[in-house]
Amino acid sequence: MTQVATDRFGAFGGRYVPETLVPALDALEVALADALADPAFERELTHLLETYVGRPSILTEAPRFSALVGAQVWLKREDLNHTGAHKINNALAQALLARRMGKRRIIAETGAGQHGVATATVCARLGLTCVVYMGEEDMRRQELNVFRMRLMGATVVPVTAGTRTLKDATSEAIRDWVTTCEDSHYIIGSVVGPAPYPRMVRDFQALIGREARAQMLERAGRLPRSVVACVGGGSNAMGIFHAFVPDAGVELIGVEAAGEGVETGRHSASLTKGEPGVLHGTLSYLLQDAHGQVHPAHSISAGLDYPGVGPEHAWLKDSGRAQYVAVTDDEALEGFGLLGRLEGIIPALETSHAVAWVAAQAGRWAADDAVLLCVSGRGDKDVAQVAAMLELGGAS
Amino acid sequence: MGVPFSDPLADGPVIQGSSQQALDQGMTLEGTLALIAEARSAVPIVLFTYLNPLMAAGPDVLARAARQGAHGILITDLPVGADPAREAWLGAGPLEFVRLVAPTTPPARMAEIARHGRGFVYLISRLGVTGMQERVAAALPASIASLREVCTLPICVGFGISTPAQAREVGALADGVVVGSALVKAAESGVDEALALVRSLRAALDEGGA
Repeated sequence: MTQVATDRFGAFGGRYVPETLVPALDALEVALADALADPAFERELTHLLETYVGRPSILTEAPRFSALVGAQVWLKREDLNHTGAHKINNALAQALLARRMGKRRIIAETGAGQHGVATATVCARLGLTCVVYMGEEDMRRQELNVFRMRLMGATVVPVTAGTRTLKDATSEAIRDWVTTCEDSHYIIGSVVGPAPYPRMVRDFQALIGREARAQMLERAGRLPRSVVACVGGGSNAMGIFHAFVPDAGVELIGVEAAGEGVETGRHSASLTKGEPGVLHGTLSYLLQDAHGQVHPAHSISAGLDYPGVGPEHAWLKDSGRAQYVAVTDDEALEGFGLLGRLEGIIPALETSHAVAWVAAQAGRWAADDAVLLCVSGRGDKDVAQVAAMLELGGAS
Repeated sequence: MGVPFSDPLADGPVIQGSSQQALDQGMTLEGTLALIAEARSAVPIVLFTYLNPLMAAGPDVLARAARQGAHGILITDLPVGADPAREAWLGAGPLEFVRLVAPTTPPARMAEIARHGRGFVYLISRLGVTGMQERVAAALPASIASLREVCTLPICVGFGISTPAQAREVGALADGVVVGSALVKAAESGVDEALALVRSLRAALDEGGA
């Protein structure tokens, strides 16, 4: 049987899709290899990353946060990218790839809306048609991002099935693509989905870690002891981890969303509490019941509210190369406020999970250990939601 | 016989709705097998499922399904070549492992799928998810013809066939037709409506000589 050798991470990954999509994925695989071998593709991508996205993103010291933690914390500032998160790195590269393939219509799914906004943005820049599927519940939570997408000419389609969040938006985007794969390209926003998506999205995000590694060596004169990032599907984490995987002395820590607590069943911690299973074309850890039905995820942050996780994370977990921990909604809310108060940086609720985990580890590291924290996105999109929750909770 | 799954990404609104309704009422793969045993059907029964509920049911599920009276199995999200170990498990029996061909499948891959298929080959009539449509896809006769060239198994066509007229039209070219969403839709009104639709489809196929 024909099988692409590179489509697995250990036992995880693969291409579990309806037959209709197999030729489209084959064509994508070929076009990707062709683009990566073409210096003109890299030149255009690099040019736009530098002059449109604003790369390289800076590395920021966090002296007051460091004092709290008792280690030297460095922040990789993906929040400063155009559109406010790391998502545009991948959206831009895939949109250029789609244009090379002659596909003028782009489909995307979005949870928090950051990937949807990034995709709408690059489609506007490249003159491509953009359709974004978004769960109705997430449209409520992230009203501002819905408006941003529409301002840039994208069509935002509300998804009312199931939990009305990222999982159902992804299913609906795949259904669109099964129908339109001959003239549309599906820009998946995370390191999930059928091969070649998990590897492709990782490779388009891996510049986060490449830049950060060089910046650490230059500025701190050493590699970090730990690299920490939040994990929903896991694209910012794979992006920052990838360059450090060969550095055996660097621990990689992914922070999942524990929601109301991993013991309550209301969480999104697929690696912490899930079992291997197949969803959205890939075999990975999955929140599911004993009958193989997918269990609804929960997180305060729409971007982490997903019952699956990228297959490479599943492999990094099983191989022991990375560790995965989980942080609750309440802890994440504290992280959200903490970085603002101590460093003047308001992180996205997704990022706040990683901030909260590091903040809670005082005493874990030696005073001169460096800790690299990926600030995957900025918190402007979450301010209204957090303000409403604090009001409801009676806090001032 | 459809096994409900929480995230049926190859299915349109009708089967999504019926899957959710079945799950809400506690239906499981085991429950589906019990229904097959209870039905003692004279015609062969093919399980339609997504991979995840099947994986969760354990390695002896195929033997259990056969004991309860199932004859074949079709998996929407396991294309040929995607997972050789699991495909070998499914191909080893006792159920006939039915494989799918899509309108996008190139001829060389059609031949490969036909080699791995058992029972019959399921030809998807058009791009998209399951659901009813006004007209049979214009490219369908050409798809059937090119599949026929590389395939000795019977060819059954599904996706978008909902009326007796469409069944007759497709039945004249293929060896069988698959009607899903239209039947589910009819069953929403009651068992009698579903039975009436099956009878009218059967009559249309008989008139057409299929």
